[in-house]
Amino acid sequence: MTGVIPISWYLVLSAVLFGLGVVAFVFKRNVITVFMSIELMLNAVNLAFVAFARAHNRLDGLVFVFFVIVVAAAEAAVGLAIVIMLAQNRQSLNVERVNLLKL
Amino acid sequence: MIPMLIFMFCAALAVAGAITLIWSREPIHSALALVLVMMSLAALYLLIGAPFISAVQVIVYAGAIMVLFVFVIMLLNFGLEERTKFSKLAIPGIILAFILMAEIGWRLAHSAGGRTAPLVEASTRDLSEMLFRQYLFPFEATSILILIAVLGALVLARKES
Repeated sequence: MTGVIPISWYLVLSAVLFGLGVVAFVFKRNVITVFMSIELMLNAVNLAFVAFARAHNRLDGLVFVFFVIVVAAAEAAVGLAIVIMLAQNRQSLNVERVNLLKL
Repeated sequence: MIPMLIFMFCAALAVAGAITLIWSREPIHSALALVLVMMSLAALYLLIGAPFISAVQVIVYAGAIMVLFVFVIMLLNFGLEERTKFSKLAIPGIILAFILMAEIGWRLAHSAGGRTAPLVEASTRDLSEMLFRQYLFPFEATSILILIAVLGALVLARKES
């Protein structure tokens, strides 16, 4: 069952998901959905890692996917804490209202 | 033939979920669409022969991380996303994003050639041996990272008094 599908199909799907993640990151106006598009991009990269690891029959890629998932969990925890603080201070989740560092 | 149909189905679900994430104005709908993407990716990992990663994807990503997202969305409850005026640069932006997508896809697809995955699944036993021998130091470092993230989240979300 595992040896049928060409690896390149997985890689193309990964590229498509990454592109959609970039589009979502640029288009969304809500801080939380911007965060979710980052998660989408991480998922696309994970898919590419798994596909390459299986293509070369190595396990290193799978270990890296494991680490990426752990780091994504840590990032989500800290990021959502920042979002909560932002919502308390600004009463809005719109990214355009958060322009303290903008020239 | 059947695995290819399963791949097509899961890939279509993943892409549809990603498009719904962009399209929907309700943050909670976007979150559920992202859960759909993650679950179909877990099915794809199973199909390519990485059962451990598939289980971790379901438990950690679709389970823990997305529950955290949904929890925060419901806690804050700011309703519909505001739309701003459509920028003129958006059209070239979309075109460039599609070119980026096509270029990455083309390069990646060529780098793999006509390979397929090996017939045997990646064994979880070998994976754990690699994780706890060769990658022991990064593993411990990530545990410290998780600890720091927990502390950081607590400090950030604390009420100022």
